[in-house]
Amino acid sequence: MSSSENEKVWAETQASPEFQELKRKFRGFAFPLTVAFLVWYFLYVALTAYARDWVSTPVIGNINIAFILGVLQFASTFIIMWLYERHSTRNLDARSEKLRQQIEKELAK
Amino acid sequence: MNTTLLSSILFISFVAVTLVLVFRAGRSNKKSATDFYDGGASFSGFQNGLAIAGDYMSAASFLGIAGMIALFGYDGFLYSIGFLVAWLVALLLVAEPLRNSGRFTMGDVLSFRMKQRPVRTASAASTIVVSIFYLLAQMVGAGSLVSLLLGITDSGAKTWIIAGVGILMIVYVTIGGMKGTTYVQILKAFLLMIGAALLTIMVFAQFHFNVSELLGAAVKNSGNVNLLSPGQKYGVDVADDPFKTLMNKLDLFSLGLALVLGTAGLPHILIRFYTVPTAKAARKSVNWAIGNIGIFYLMTIALGFGAAALVSQDAIKAADKGGNVAAPLLAETLGGGHGSTGGAIMLAVIGAIAFATILAVVAGLTLASSSSFAHDFYANVIKKGNASPEKEVRVARIAAVLIGGVAIILAIGAQGLNVAFLVAIAFAIAASANLPAVLYSLFWKRFNTRGAVWAIYGGLACAVILLVFSGNVSGTPTSFLPFDPENGINNINFKLFPLNNPGIVSIPFGFFMGWLGTVTSNERNSAKYAELEVRSLTGAAIGKAVQH
Repeated sequence: MSSSENEKVWAETQASPEFQELKRKFRGFAFPLTVAFLVWYFLYVALTAYARDWVSTPVIGNINIAFILGVLQFASTFIIMWLYERHSTRNLDARSEKLRQQIEKELAK
Repeated sequence: MNTTLLSSILFISFVAVTLVLVFRAGRSNKKSATDFYDGGASFSGFQNGLAIAGDYMSAASFLGIAGMIALFGYDGFLYSIGFLVAWLVALLLVAEPLRNSGRFTMGDVLSFRMKQRPVRTASAASTIVVSIFYLLAQMVGAGSLVSLLLGITDSGAKTWIIAGVGILMIVYVTIGGMKGTTYVQILKAFLLMIGAALLTIMVFAQFHFNVSELLGAAVKNSGNVNLLSPGQKYGVDVADDPFKTLMNKLDLFSLGLALVLGTAGLPHILIRFYTVPTAKAARKSVNWAIGNIGIFYLMTIALGFGAAALVSQDAIKAADKGGNVAAPLLAETLGGGHGSTGGAIMLAVIGAIAFATILAVVAGLTLASSSSFAHDFYANVIKKGNASPEKEVRVARIAAVLIGGVAIILAIGAQGLNVAFLVAIAFAIAASANLPAVLYSLFWKRFNTRGAVWAIYGGLACAVILLVFSGNVSGTPTSFLPFDPENGINNINFKLFPLNNPGIVSIPFGFFMGWLGTVTSNERNSAKYAELEVRSLTGAAIGKAVQH
């Protein structure tokens, strides 16, 4: 197969509604989530920079708000990982696998 | 019981086991020359997840953060959080598309739809610069450990031992390639998790498994009532000096930005995604890595505050100015203290694990930079894509020897800095030079050769130049060229940039230059972008070279 015919396969796949749906489902999930965790992370950094007295307030014994916020960053990281895994398994993997098989069949012609 | 002897025996056992693994990997590598780069892309998600953890948790994580927390309390924990959250960038935006559209190096993806020579040259340059800064941090950690374990401060003996570490890692990389290096990293991740868990349990056992009690003891023993509050090191409020206060706050944001955006731009991490066969396996490896790394960083609370509670800050600083040996000193104390048999055993065990940690990371870095030199620069720039795979891999092996040599020389020069801090600088450079180009490449249709080249060189130059003119290099008593006129230390002072971490300026600058270069050039390659976009999301034609 010549490279111009290959190019046609890529371009046609890119334009197909199936691919556009996969792209939308990926970006529509990953991009907003990226913005969300970055905002949450920088909110945390900003609080440690500018709300020192507040974050130093002890909550449980010597454990203060700063520690709780820090551990919440760990928790949110684990939760986002889990959410993305669930989203990928449910909405992305099968779609992408189907397209891959189609494309490779086309390319092998 | 003699710590030096025991520690040497344990470390030599680790080396012996890893050498066997590496030689076996080297023999099985014979199938294809390019196995050197990706280990045959045959690892499972779980194996690669452990290897990523082993590649990522460096001397900075184990020695640096523990020391930072022991000396400055809460601010050290900021590193743990930033280093972990950063994985979400890699997970959500980079790991899967990168696995789907590249083969061996970061340059594969960056040059996918660009002119090969300029983009691959830039990519190799920035891979090598980032890796060398990172290597420097690891070697500083190695130096601190050697002094502590062997009780030598004599620079001659230290030099020989660092050179020995360097030679070992060259053996790992040149003989074992990616497969051998991966085995070393998996083994190391396992040992490090066990070592950290052991210390954590022993620390908590002293405080009735009560976190609050541990923190209280850390405050009491350190004599610093603010140890549990942020601001002991970063973002310090300076009374009556709003400018200095603002600069301190900006430095804190700069550190935060570099930590969270650096990971997905680290070449030695990016190439690990190529060692698995599919994007799904790449995602699984990141999940496993996040699990391991997250648990480890939670344990840094016990390691750091445990050291603050049980070892005196003066003793930590006396053993190493940068605080890098807080964790091994904690181990010695938990074992029964200096001079006791238990103390010697614990120190030897933890010291050997720390050495293994350094060795595995150094091997990963050397592999990433030698791969990039051979595959991007030699094969695609000098030979214009016409080098045989055998010749290419031979060049990679030679490059590994040379880069290892550079690392040894640098390590001998730089000692006494905190390694977490040094690694944060490598993160800032990676986030400035690599991340903008990687993200634009994957997600921006219009992006082109000039954009890629300007993003990489712009971000790289900005970060390095700001570093040179920062207080890290000159102008303060703790600079590389110390400047303290009141005490008669008068080195040249060219400190012009007020922050220690350049990220807050250089990372946006990298993104800006990528945009500016793109829009000022007419080059567009929609056909190649169609291929990249489809391949990156579907994995079609995975592992196949791009036709140019």
